[in-house]
Amino acid sequence: MAANPMSQFNVYRIGPEIKIGEIDISFTNASLFMVISTITILLIFNLGAKKNSIIPTKIQLLGELSYSFISKMISDTAGSKAKPYFSFIFSLFMFVLFCNMLGMIPYTFTVTSHIIVTFVLASFIFVGVTIIGFIKHGLGYLKLFVPSGVPMVLLPLIVVIEIISYLSRPISLSVRLFANMMAGHTMMKVFGSFVVSLGIVGGWLPLSFSVALTGLEILVAFLQAYVFAILTCIYLNDALNLHH
Amino acid sequence: MLKKIILKTLAVYFLSINFIQAAESGGMPQLDPEFWFSQIFWLVITFGILYLVLSKLILPKISDNLETRKSQVLDNLELAEKQRNESEAKLKEFDNIILKSKIDAKNLFNESRKKLLEEINNKRQKLEEEIDREVKIVESEIKELKKKSPEKINKIAIETSSDLINQLIGANVNNSSITAIVSDIASKNKNT
Repeated sequence: MAANPMSQFNVYRIGPEIKIGEIDISFTNASLFMVISTITILLIFNLGAKKNSIIPTKIQLLGELSYSFISKMISDTAGSKAKPYFSFIFSLFMFVLFCNMLGMIPYTFTVTSHIIVTFVLASFIFVGVTIIGFIKHGLGYLKLFVPSGVPMVLLPLIVVIEIISYLSRPISLSVRLFANMMAGHTMMKVFGSFVVSLGIVGGWLPLSFSVALTGLEILVAFLQAYVFAILTCIYLNDALNLHH
Repeated sequence: MLKKIILKTLAVYFLSINFIQAAESGGMPQLDPEFWFSQIFWLVITFGILYLVLSKLILPKISDNLETRKSQVLDNLELAEKQRNESEAKLKEFDNIILKSKIDAKNLFNESRKKLLEEINNKRQKLEEEIDREVKIVESEIKELKKKSPEKINKIAIETSSDLINQLIGANVNNSSITAIVSDIASKNKNT
């Protein structure tokens, strides 16, 4: 297992094979870590929400700071109209953040390093935002592809570009998160195997790299969750407040 | 219904990618579609539960906590502001009272000083008047005395000189001649 830096991303079945019709939905290590992140989030925030003291306890402060952090992020990027979607963006941010962070613990599995997971999340956001846009503005939502102040000659080209960029949103959103997580974890694995292969004489250099990378990866884990959430807010902003 | 359609289109999309990737699979476990549906299934379940519990149970509680804290803090601030205003008003009142009493004290002081001065002046005037009167009386007395003194001196001089003459020469001299001599001398003395 240690030889191949990609083997950390292997998905394997835990327990029996479960099938619905032709589709295999067995419980895997990926499912295990999704469940673990969900339970961790729910436990932490349940504890944070339980007590209601004027001077918050530490865990209460954690919950309340996260709450105000995300609500500020939403109101800054998408305005007050985005309030109903607060719970969704909060869950999204926390889910991605905890999956990323749990993946930083050695011998764990990083859920978000799988393109299918991030792509499903991103597609759900994309489809949801598109539906919200059409519900709010009707066919007027198509004005999103026609920026104002563009000369008529360039308009067909611009519209095509806008449509392509709009359609590539789920791909860019999902690939960004997936590639960041995968690249970081692969790098750490590679440097880790260098430590082993160079031994006690030369292993110190890759070891120090590994330590630095761990710090960087923790930063990236937070940053990517933040970017994922804030891009969702920006897309939501496009759908709620049609600017063009 | 909508989700099913989305899932189906997704499956088609990924299966078509899979044909391209199938040849070089083995490199990235992420592109192995064996457990894709399992991952999607468990993602939907876990994320769904997370979303439901967070949005229905936990987040409203946190929001309530924040709201109550905010309102309590605002109430406290309002109360503090009110009390501050009250105390400021009281302080002003107090200052006013002090100012008033200061003015009163000054007035009282001034009044009493005026009274005192008046009294002193009155008394002094009275005294001066009295002194003036007495001085006048004494002066008039002196004047009278002065007026009478030459006659008396003349008389005494005449009497003494007649007595002297009588004792020296034993002769009664006519009073009128002595008077003439004395007045002559007196006028001479007056002239010198």
